[in-house]
Amino acid sequence: MRITCPCCGERDYGEFAIYGDASRQRPHMDDTDFETWYNYVYTRPNPKGRHLEFWHHVQGCRQWLVVERDTVTHEVYGVALARDVVTLPDAPKAKRKGAK
Amino acid sequence: MAGSHRIPNGGRVSHGASTSFTFDGKRFQGLQGDTLASALLANGVHLVGRSFKYHRPRGIFAAGAEEPNALVGLREGARAEPNSLATTVELYDGLVAKSQNNWPSLEFDVSEVNNLFQRFFSAGFYYKTFIGPFEKSWMWYEHIIRKAAGMGEATTQPDPDHYEKVYKFCDVLVVGSGPAGLSAALAAGRAGARVILAEQEPELGGALLSAPKGSPSDQWLSNILGELKKLQNVELLPRTVAWGAYDHGTYTLMEKVADHKPQPDEHEVRQRSIVVQTGRVVLAPGALERPIPFGNNDRPGIMLAGAARTYVNRYGVLPGKKAVVFTNNDSAYQAALDLKAAGIDVTVVEARAEAPSELAASCASASIEVMSGHAVVGANGRMHVRSADVVRFDAKTGASSDVVRQISCDLLCVSGGWNPVVHLSSQRGRRPEFDAKLAAFVPGDPPDNQHHAGAMVGAFSDAGAAESGFEAGAEAAREAGASKSSKTLSTDGLSGADWEQPLAPVWDIKPGEQVKKRKRFVDFQHDVGVSDVELAHTEGYVSVEHLKRYTTLGMAADQGKTSNITGLALMAELTGRSIPETGTTTFRPPYNPVSFGAIAGQETGQHFRPLRRTPLHDWNLKNGAEMINVGAWQRAWYYPKPGEDVDAAYIRETTEVRKTCGMVDVTTLGKIEVQGPDAAEFLNRVYVNGWKLLKPGRARYGVMLRDDGLVFDDGTTSRLSDTHYFMTTTTAEAAAVMSHLEWLLQCCWTDLKVHVTSVTDQYAGLAIAGPNSRGLLQEVFADIDFSNEAFPFMGVRETEYKGMPVRVFRISFSGELAYEVATPSGFGEAVWEALYEAGKGHGLCLYGTEALGALRIEKGHFAGNEIDGRTSLEDLGLGKMASTKKQFVGSIMRQREGIQDENRQRFVGLEPVNPKERLSGGALLHPHNGPHAGHGLGHVSSTTYSPALGRFIGLGLIEGGLERYEGQLIDACYPLKGWVVTCKVVSPHFYDPAGEKQNG
Amino acid sequence: MTHYSWFSVFSKALSGNKGWDRAWRDPEPKAAYDVIIVGGGGHGLATAYYLAKEHGITNVAVLEKGWLGGGNTGRNTTIIRSNYMIDGNTHFYEKSLQLWEGLSKDLNYNAMVSHRQIYNLFHSPSQKEAFAKRYNIMRSCGIDGEILDRNEVMKELPYLDYSPNARFPVYGAAKQPRAGTARHDAVAWGYARGADMRGVDLIQNCEVTGFQRDASGAVVGVETTRGAIKAKKVGIAVAGHTTQVAEMAGLSLPIESHLLQAFVSEPYKPLIDTVITFGAGHFYISQSDKGGLVFGGDLDGYNSFAQRGNFHLIDHLLPEGKAMIPCLSRLRFQRTWGGIMDMTMDGSPIICKSPVEGLYINGGWCYGGFKATPGSGWCFAHTIANDRPHEFNAKLTLDRFRRGYAIDEKGAGPMPGWH
Repeated sequence: MRITCPCCGERDYGEFAIYGDASRQRPHMDDTDFETWYNYVYTRPNPKGRHLEFWHHVQGCRQWLVVERDTVTHEVYGVALARDVVTLPDAPKAKRKGAK
Repeated sequence: MAGSHRIPNGGRVSHGASTSFTFDGKRFQGLQGDTLASALLANGVHLVGRSFKYHRPRGIFAAGAEEPNALVGLREGARAEPNSLATTVELYDGLVAKSQNNWPSLEFDVSEVNNLFQRFFSAGFYYKTFIGPFEKSWMWYEHIIRKAAGMGEATTQPDPDHYEKVYKFCDVLVVGSGPAGLSAALAAGRAGARVILAEQEPELGGALLSAPKGSPSDQWLSNILGELKKLQNVELLPRTVAWGAYDHGTYTLMEKVADHKPQPDEHEVRQRSIVVQTGRVVLAPGALERPIPFGNNDRPGIMLAGAARTYVNRYGVLPGKKAVVFTNNDSAYQAALDLKAAGIDVTVVEARAEAPSELAASCASASIEVMSGHAVVGANGRMHVRSADVVRFDAKTGASSDVVRQISCDLLCVSGGWNPVVHLSSQRGRRPEFDAKLAAFVPGDPPDNQHHAGAMVGAFSDAGAAESGFEAGAEAAREAGASKSSKTLSTDGLSGADWEQPLAPVWDIKPGEQVKKRKRFVDFQHDVGVSDVELAHTEGYVSVEHLKRYTTLGMAADQGKTSNITGLALMAELTGRSIPETGTTTFRPPYNPVSFGAIAGQETGQHFRPLRRTPLHDWNLKNGAEMINVGAWQRAWYYPKPGEDVDAAYIRETTEVRKTCGMVDVTTLGKIEVQGPDAAEFLNRVYVNGWKLLKPGRARYGVMLRDDGLVFDDGTTSRLSDTHYFMTTTTAEAAAVMSHLEWLLQCCWTDLKVHVTSVTDQYAGLAIAGPNSRGLLQEVFADIDFSNEAFPFMGVRETEYKGMPVRVFRISFSGELAYEVATPSGFGEAVWEALYEAGKGHGLCLYGTEALGALRIEKGHFAGNEIDGRTSLEDLGLGKMASTKKQFVGSIMRQREGIQDENRQRFVGLEPVNPKERLSGGALLHPHNGPHAGHGLGHVSSTTYSPALGRFIGLGLIEGGLERYEGQLIDACYPLKGWVVTCKVVSPHFYDPAGEKQNG
Repeated sequence: MTHYSWFSVFSKALSGNKGWDRAWRDPEPKAAYDVIIVGGGGHGLATAYYLAKEHGITNVAVLEKGWLGGGNTGRNTTIIRSNYMIDGNTHFYEKSLQLWEGLSKDLNYNAMVSHRQIYNLFHSPSQKEAFAKRYNIMRSCGIDGEILDRNEVMKELPYLDYSPNARFPVYGAAKQPRAGTARHDAVAWGYARGADMRGVDLIQNCEVTGFQRDASGAVVGVETTRGAIKAKKVGIAVAGHTTQVAEMAGLSLPIESHLLQAFVSEPYKPLIDTVITFGAGHFYISQSDKGGLVFGGDLDGYNSFAQRGNFHLIDHLLPEGKAMIPCLSRLRFQRTWGGIMDMTMDGSPIICKSPVEGLYINGGWCYGGFKATPGSGWCFAHTIANDRPHEFNAKLTLDRFRRGYAIDEKGAGPMPGWH
């Protein structure tokens, strides 16, 4: 498998480490809602087809990438620097009570 | 002359170079250019092996990698290579081979008795037998049955040869060097593309090499090879099989560099694994001939028609003197004519009602009898074919007559049609499509970056194949961006003759009622016959995969190259479905079997994995350290004095550290520079405790959690300036922590202005511990004031030593007054030496990881044994460390009931009641005096002898922790050895719990 | 239905092997069943078998979208063992191993269950302690296990690398004598035949495309490519694709699908008469009764539904084999294949009632599914029949993640690809 790193160009899969799903937004640091965090940590889409995922060019430029890849054909549709495409969550409006 | 069956000056072998070899201890002569198979045939040897199940005598059946029978044991001793294909082994002087799967000899094999009972050993027979009488009866039967398993015998010695793996890049990879492959390489090469051509055989030319020497195609071949060799951008790789097709243009090749020599030359590798990264691929691997099942169709002397032609034309060998050629297609006529021209008496048995007229005319003028509308229903002869039983046959209905005409022969050639080698297309996930005209699976539309040529696209004539290859090569080059003109291809000398009439699909010659019933083999290597396919059908194993798995058809080392399609067609016939409805098997890598050695390459022995050395590695070795593997690192384990073992050494080292001082290499700890205006905020989110109030010049201990709220790692982080922190991690998690921090910054908190840099390899780390450490450091780093007031516990100072930058941290893992010194790796040894020399006046000893562990256990610090990915903050007694004023990674998930459960196992100290009794790591904690059953209350995680306490001690985790068990007795049980050690549960902080030493 | 025995093999052989019955029928689906099991792999077939055998529930259909045993049952490294240490796994896998012991006789089908032992090599004192803990727990739970030092391993496995050239010298090994291998396809076929004999309908080429729900939301049947079928209870056993099927019922599960490759060599005369795992990497190997060396290692690492892997894993794995057993160098692998694994957030499986009434889940097998086949079917049948789990699968619940009771043998945390 080959990933085209925006910094380094096309590189072999062996240079990268995959972290998995990149479709979920990490909750805001001040968000204390249990459900929000539970869903973030434990449930993720597992699509048969296009999948957004984080890859780390760990033996290259050490940039984190967001890769859109097909889980059936392994075709890569696009690669971006994570910092360019990740969006930040809004601060939680009011503090909700964390569940146990 | 090398061999009794050699045509004088025949073939493409070098008649000048005679080569001596042995088979089953018997000496023979062959020629350079021979394969082992051709050399054996040249000596009249057909019988080369025994089949897997029935131990039937088997001969050479093919002339290439599709060979199902001629598996031999090649070479001897540590270089033994079982299951080598005689048809692909190049002959060299001194070659030693032996037959396999027989006892006491190839000619007389006791296990051939199995053959008499073959109807009992039908498909699936094992599943129905050896079941009782007891539950584990199979264990007893298996013991005996296993002795019969397998084919060749493997050596148990290590391999004396070397291997390598290399990576190559090109625009167009061409697989195959027949007219199609060569033309593709030429077109792509002329266009300016970087081309690699892989050919599994030692010589380029593919099917052209099977034409009679002096054919017009020889000139074409020599011309194109001449031009290809001149093209700088074309790399020709003979002896190289393309065995795997992977995602995104990755193709795996294996080059037999020295397999054609007695052993590799000095500094030469035996085989080379080549990973090719290519833009486009032209697949032109040709097609494999398939047999037709008839009675005893596996006897020695029976071979594929194309193979017989190859032996005659390429190797100058007469595989027989009187041949019957049984065919259902035009291709075998060329074989018949060439055999006849070489002096073999030939009869053609044509399954089709009418023979192709032109070819029949050629046969007539060569006085070859053609029996159209006939089939071979059985072969006679046990160790070698003696005659063929020929019957009238209707190819449309499959009906055959009961009247048998016996034709004597010592060579029975068979051609049931040709299967394009769709493997590398199928490996890419492209399901082959059934082509009714060819009665074979063709690749269909090429997947991703492939182009197909030659037999793959149905171009079976030499000229047609060349043209399709040229077109594919030009197109591939164009797609890869090579824009020069490919000009035109000359096909002068290549035959353009296509088949006159289509093949008649014939999958089985069923004997008539009155005709003798004999086993008709489909998969020779696994002894699967037509009757096994029928039985699978009877029992409902009708899916192609069930058929394959139940009968083992196609699962031998040849992966069904000559048998898969026939098996599939037979099942289709039985179920009344069409072949496409019945399905196809999936081809998976590798195309040909590949050795472990080739893939391992240079990654073997000490080079199996990289060795990480600290900057003090050589110094440690020079000074007598015993080393230990810690992940990829090697660390100094202990520094033995004469006569000391590890226990004596670590006890002495530990004692000396506490008495005077000691120095240890701690370079392997992870080290990360954290810089930027938001660094404090970043650490505040990453660690469970607060970081905003830490002043420059101070260090703090921190623990980080995973997102699920369990402990990830711990370490000390120092603030060097307002915007600059220096973080340390554990050795084991260094890389994971670094990746995690980068992930948080690049994927989650992109608004934080922080940069992290791993400097684990950039800094040497030395720790100096013990009461004399202050005096020693003061002497060496004179410009720092080491007084407790000026440089208190958890203080950090930066200075230079003889121009070398040095960071000094007053932190302690041992519980002693202690410092850590970090200096750029290149200066590590100089600083260490300086401290070591000066240390002589302060009673400095060297200590290794064993003493380091003993000291930390005495102090009650947890380490990797305790932070095993399952412990919570509370488990480690750090619940209060978690800030309640902020959120941090894991702060919500750690509140789950299972993480806060008070029954969780928590960190405690353990003291054997008998101080001389040794505790063992991995022991379970059970209630004192029992019951000693179940998962237990916890376990012993770390143990040591404590010189400070004069007893064995341990750390562990126990349900409810100190709160529930402090002061109580507990049994540490090690049922693996029957050990039970009664312990008192105590605070883990055995040594100086108030911290007076480290703070003083 | 013919009882399999030497007698039947001989007598049928004498009549030309024409008189054999089908191993299982090929029925048309009925309109309704008491229980439908989605997935005709080892787990689904075992579930149906035990529903019939242990609970007398025979009005059961197993719906398989392809051919029986065509998923991970047919693509694994055939290892069976019960060397698990976390409470929740230990007794479950031991129950499974106990069922393996009597399986061939129970099914009247030779699954070639071979208790040829497993050796887990370790290469350092700290690795030894970790294995000691695991194996002490096993022993303490009544499961067989031993620990060997280097010299003992040298005697029992003389072909490992004990030379000074070894990058990670063998320090010792933990051993489970009752562990071993079984003939993977035969397990599916044996359960299929056993279930069929007891009246279960095995329906191949029947893909479930949706769930029928009643007004309360309970599952009351399935839609399939061969029509709608009613059922009082529906169990899914489709590991590799559990999330896909559960999604049709609106469930989102803590599972990702990953790719695991496995390998077989050419057939050799017996060389490795046991199962060995390498401690300085992730490599395991055994030798089949046909002589092929069967081996495997880590996941490819990325989410995948393709049943084919990439070369990088092979490139990384085969050096481990040679490092452990140097004489493998000149031996050749002849086939590689790939399977789709349900990887959970703690590396342990799920067998429980789902939050949807009438729907039961068996999945998340990570790459431990084959050895679990009998225990999984047995516990799943119990759970479906009684509407509550057996104590052996009581902790293998879906809600353990929410509640914080992960069963994490490896300590890798909620990262499916890292287990």
